[in-house]
Amino acid sequence: MDKGGQDYENALRAEGIEMWFGNVGALTGVDLSVGRNEIVGLVGDNGAGKSTLIKIITGVLRPTAGSLYVRDREVDLRNYSVLRAHQHGIETVHQERSLCEKQPLWRNFFVGRQITNRLGFINVRKQKELAQEILLKSIGFRGAGITVDTIVEDLSGGERQGIAIGRAMHFNADLILLDEPTAALGVKEVSKVLEFVDDIKTSGRACLYIEHNLAHVHAVADRIVIIDRGTIVNEVQRGEMTVAELTSFLIELQTERQHAEA
Amino acid sequence: MPKPELKTHQTLWTRVEGLPIVLAFLVVIGAFMITAPESFLGYRMYTTLGSTVVPPLILGLGLTLVIAAGEIDLSFPSVLKVSSLVFVMITKFGVFPLDEDMADKHDLLVWGAFVLALLVGGLIGFLNGLLVVRIGIPSIIATLATLFVWEGATVISSGGLSHNIRDIKEYVIFDVLTGRIGPVPVQFFWAIALAALMWFILNRHRFGEHLLFIGDNANVARVVGVRVDREKIKLFTLMGVLGALSGVMLTLENKNFFTTQGTGFLLVALAAVFIGGTSITGGKGSIVGTVFGSFIVGTVEAGVVGSGISGFWTRLVVGLVFIAAVTFHLTVEKPKGFAGVRRIAGMGGRGPEEGPERPRDTRPP
Repeated sequence: MDKGGQDYENALRAEGIEMWFGNVGALTGVDLSVGRNEIVGLVGDNGAGKSTLIKIITGVLRPTAGSLYVRDREVDLRNYSVLRAHQHGIETVHQERSLCEKQPLWRNFFVGRQITNRLGFINVRKQKELAQEILLKSIGFRGAGITVDTIVEDLSGGERQGIAIGRAMHFNADLILLDEPTAALGVKEVSKVLEFVDDIKTSGRACLYIEHNLAHVHAVADRIVIIDRGTIVNEVQRGEMTVAELTSFLIELQTERQHAEA
Repeated sequence: MPKPELKTHQTLWTRVEGLPIVLAFLVVIGAFMITAPESFLGYRMYTTLGSTVVPPLILGLGLTLVIAAGEIDLSFPSVLKVSSLVFVMITKFGVFPLDEDMADKHDLLVWGAFVLALLVGGLIGFLNGLLVVRIGIPSIIATLATLFVWEGATVISSGGLSHNIRDIKEYVIFDVLTGRIGPVPVQFFWAIALAALMWFILNRHRFGEHLLFIGDNANVARVVGVRVDREKIKLFTLMGVLGALSGVMLTLENKNFFTTQGTGFLLVALAAVFIGGTSITGGKGSIVGTVFGSFIVGTVEAGVVGSGISGFWTRLVVGLVFIAAVTFHLTVEKPKGFAGVRRIAGMGGRGPEEGPERPRDTRPP
């Protein structure tokens, strides 16, 4: 595992990231950093480029241009992949898309980085033991009647998000990316997820938190970064704006965009 | 620290893989023992089954993985033909000694022909994979096209003729792959060994787990780090190799090659997989089910004739068993199975997203 040195300023820094799909620029020069123990909220309208940026950071997509630094060291983007991102200590909780429905939890915890022998056969017992530990540590799973053999489709939305977050915590990530983790959740479940974001902060890790609901992100983020039409347009430190001000800022952006498009 | 106890909430039905289909197989055998005792109480019937079931069974094993990964391969009958032809041409024209006294046997060359046939099958499978992954043709269309292409290629290059390779029985490969141990055909043991290997690949190997996740939800598989494209190409290549193996075994058993061989396996092998309980929606596959599904299809085909009914009835009976088996899977393995039965009756299938039996949907928000 190449986790690099422990002396670093930024858990993640992206410089001049561009992503073009043909003639369409999804990202047109994004500079973004996430400090060592910082919770950064990323907000923006649908289609602003949030998901594309997440996919680039997590190794799913390769950017057209730009560079990526993990713990202040540049990453070779030509060899970057989901597996590399994991090795660099970056874990992601995708909006409702982190788990496969028909598979048991123990497979979902380790898929993509199974514990295997040299021939590639999975050590099921070891994986189940570790999965059990993750379950016990995850939010709200003590005695909930859920075991490592439970199939994901038998879980509620909140339970699924808890599992995905528990998985991210287990792998000792320095940076956890949350891509709209509250999108499909009820009120109680949302507060659990927000508690978890606080846990990330207190455990000394960093988090990039993509969120639609401004009140949620405003409550937990140290800094909020606003992305619009493929580029960062504003950064707000904690306390600089109220939720209402933030909301009107985003509405203004939307109006501007509509004017520009008209 | 005491080890955490691993509890399971599974029922007997879901814990023992393929249990319903094993029972169904026993029922079928039992029924034929009553209706056709003279065939099914003697060992000869089982000797025959042990050899005839094997080629479609091998195909079904590969198809189980393909379908579990949410794909389909229809080209395997033609892969079988091409590979068989490669094997036959090399042995007949390149290996067999011209004089009759067999002084100059080339066992090694025959094995070489066997390996080459497997490679050709793998190559065709690899090309299928490229069509699906790189060009993006849905697998049902791509492999339907290659089904035609390779069958055509076989007919052209063989001139539509059959080739007998009777002399093959003098060579070691014949005994090793298709000989008899007492009354039991050797290929039966090979099929069981292969089934065990495929079970471990699907259920215990990294590759199999990746296939299950791809079949379940390819987007999730991608973001959790599965290299979806690469795994799919490997999958189609494997299917090609298995098609070739099936073809060589069939050719050795018949000691003959004919251009229509394997054509009939298309629907039989697919039926065996679905009778065995593998779901078309992907994400799940049952090797045990496929093994017994293959034997059910083979037994019904033999047993209908043995019962004194006209052979014309075999297809009809297989179809009825097919429907009964799939219905049985739905009622036994799904918590609210009858909802599934009603859907089948009403709509002819159920989509992956709308199953009413999911607890998630019945919970209050």
